[in-house]
Amino acid sequence: MSKSNLTRRGVLRTGAVAGAGLAMPTFFSAGSASAFVNDPGNGPVTLGFNVPQTGPYADEGADELRAYQLAVEHLNGGGDGGMLNTFSSKALQGNGINGHKVEFVTGDTQTKSDAARASAQSMIQKDGAIMITGGSSSGVAIAVQGLCQEAGVIFMAGLTHSNDTTGKDKKANGFRHFFNAYQSAAALAPVLASRYGKDRKFYMLTADYTWGWTQAASMKAFMEDQGWTMVEDVRTPLSATDFSSYMTEVQTSGADVLILNHYGGNMVNSLTNAVQFGLKDKTVNGKQFEIVVPLYSRLMAAGAGEAVKGILGSTNWHWSLQDEGSKAFVKSFGTKYGFPPSQAAHTCYVQTLLYADAVTRANSFNPCDVVAALEGFEFDGLGNGPTLYRADDHQCFKDVLVVQGKQNPESQFDLLEVVEKTPVDKVMYAPDNEFFAGGDLGTCNPGA
Amino acid sequence: MLGLEKKDATLLLVVIALALAAPILLNPFPTESAMAQFNAGYPDLMQKFAIYGIFAIGFNILFGLTGYLSFGHAAFLGVGSYSAVWMFKLLSMNVIPALVLAVLVSSLFALVIGYISLRRSGIYFSILTLAFAQMSFNLAYSVLTPITNGETGLQLSLDDPRILGISQTADGGIPLTSLFGLAMRDSVAVKLGGWSFEFSVGYYVCAILMLVCFYLAMRIFRSPFGLMLRAVKTNQTRLNYTGLNSRPYTLAAFVISGMYAGLAGGLLAAMDPLAGAERMQWTASGEVVLMTILGGAGTLFGPVLGAGFIKYFENIFSKINDSVLQNWFGFLPDGVENVVLWVVEHFVGPGWHLTLGLLFMLVVIFLPGGLMEGGQRIAGLLRGKRKSGGDGGGDDPEYHPGQTPHVAE
Repeated sequence: MSKSNLTRRGVLRTGAVAGAGLAMPTFFSAGSASAFVNDPGNGPVTLGFNVPQTGPYADEGADELRAYQLAVEHLNGGGDGGMLNTFSSKALQGNGINGHKVEFVTGDTQTKSDAARASAQSMIQKDGAIMITGGSSSGVAIAVQGLCQEAGVIFMAGLTHSNDTTGKDKKANGFRHFFNAYQSAAALAPVLASRYGKDRKFYMLTADYTWGWTQAASMKAFMEDQGWTMVEDVRTPLSATDFSSYMTEVQTSGADVLILNHYGGNMVNSLTNAVQFGLKDKTVNGKQFEIVVPLYSRLMAAGAGEAVKGILGSTNWHWSLQDEGSKAFVKSFGTKYGFPPSQAAHTCYVQTLLYADAVTRANSFNPCDVVAALEGFEFDGLGNGPTLYRADDHQCFKDVLVVQGKQNPESQFDLLEVVEKTPVDKVMYAPDNEFFAGGDLGTCNPGA
Repeated sequence: MLGLEKKDATLLLVVIALALAAPILLNPFPTESAMAQFNAGYPDLMQKFAIYGIFAIGFNILFGLTGYLSFGHAAFLGVGSYSAVWMFKLLSMNVIPALVLAVLVSSLFALVIGYISLRRSGIYFSILTLAFAQMSFNLAYSVLTPITNGETGLQLSLDDPRILGISQTADGGIPLTSLFGLAMRDSVAVKLGGWSFEFSVGYYVCAILMLVCFYLAMRIFRSPFGLMLRAVKTNQTRLNYTGLNSRPYTLAAFVISGMYAGLAGGLLAAMDPLAGAERMQWTASGEVVLMTILGGAGTLFGPVLGAGFIKYFENIFSKINDSVLQNWFGFLPDGVENVVLWVVEHFVGPGWHLTLGLLFMLVVIFLPGGLMEGGQRIAGLLRGKRKSGGDGGGDDPEYHPGQTPHVAE
């Protein structure tokens, strides 16, 4: 029951207790011996691998984790060294990162921004991770990149393809090796126009988040330049698993090309639905109906099975490439796991090596020194040919591959064939390009 | 003290002591030891304990007292987060206005949703709240993208106006959330022997608010208003037959618990200025129900305990990966090790839900009153040794026997 004993003494005592409580945090202030957060000192260095282990991008996440483990093994001098041997920079000696043994912690992003940030927070605060990498969704990558900027650690983005990651949401502490939606569209548009003709009507199904939006906007701009017209752009929820209801609308829309701005599990399901509806065998407006998947990966092709045959798309890297770097990576990944790596695995492996190399060249784990070492860095031998880490937006510039689902695969991994290698100058853009404008890198933050 | 009876005052003092000493209590293992994996005393997780504690305390005012099971409380949490982030974007990085707006906006939401949903009771009420929450989630996720930034989540940027603060700091960064200049991110680490304790400003702000919320909940539980809510739970029909209109009481309880949820959401954003739509998803609403039931619905401290348990599993068990397991079981012979690893790996890492599910089943089957009942039984056993006849929940003042026809329990 309520008892009101509001006496002068009671109020004073309560006030004193409350005041002491409120004043308590003021006794604490940020004070740390080190110049940056999570300084490894003389001990081992901890990296945080934050990947989706559940949700629509779980397959990519699992492959990313394999690549990270392989990278750590190679950095610590184990295995056959992989791309350490083909990398144009010779700073890495197989003695960890700058002499510090590499350890790692893993976390599950659940393909959700909140969970990903909580996981990254605990890596930084509890496990003392000095670099966070991973992400198989641009929404997550952008959220974690923002956190790393705030906390003062480096973020090496894994698989993230949205223009915004190095566009309007770019951050000084964040770096992306993967290509982006704009580059996909720039590489695909001429190939599509030459194969399917100039007078086409296209319909788009788009995953409803930052990547889907920028991918759809880029495809629309580039295809309209080629003389194509857009019938409609329909947004689908990221969590959707069945797309049949959308396919009926595609059939009645009068479009003769379907562009699927989907990735991972979404793409496997939507492409399978589209093929089940017989879209690939239809003739609309007197032309053969075509399906295009702007961002392709072998894992998705494996998931979609027969449906991928003849479908065009773009990819960051493919295991069948014959340069020395790719061959070395495929060999050591295959020896360890028994199958070839995906493009997600490749970009994550490369990002880890690039970070380790930058620390070694800078001879410092301080994030600001690492940023300086990575900005404007030119390298080769990591599977994509000569590559530039541009200082203006922390985006890598390299050739883009246009691929097609193979008609007669020789093995369960031989699903895609490279139809064209679009040279880097065709996919180059100014840092203030309209698709990337609006953001600001800010300055690097070393934490502490 | 503070208008409380002696027993409640003792409980409050214990909770205050636990909350203030949490950074030490939650880090029982030395940093370098193998058991350090199980330490929970880092700022982010402790903040989550306090914040979800607030959320669950508020939920318990509705569910524990009136028996109305809301499946849509995450909507208020999300609304609180979005309001707070907008305050950080538009006004200043001080957390006070953000929290005030978060509580106000979520109370408005709760008033509207409660007014409509409380026209029905039992399972229909639950379904209505669930529908509203899913509606809010879908609005936030796609329709209201200009306000919520959809799946990506609402974040701060360098060109936000922040009319009472600064758009960016002198060195070109986004300013940090703070309480009159005291940044939430600030912390001081104290090293004592092998142990390291981290005292963070953000945690103490959360903890003090949690204590205030706990105290308010205590006063509500012991007030005539609280008694009326219990009457609703015991038998609403009979209450109505006495000529009382119970709806203003239930609506008030609904709005109060919505405000608690809004405060929790605002705090989440204050600790980490990002608001994502997933916070409003039905799984998040289900989580607070689990927290309350796991800890003990209708008890004062139970929901806080339940919140702590679930967040601990989510953050600690999910981080145990294969290489950690190999370290633990490396001493076993190869064949045995593989078998043990195969079994254990399903319960940790991404499989943490399985462990939590088993725990939840055990609690619901053997301790229907939640973890609090477990505690009382142990206390009863100990007391039983001294004086005979102590039988667990028998002397529990929160224990309400009998059927409750209008509630979905």
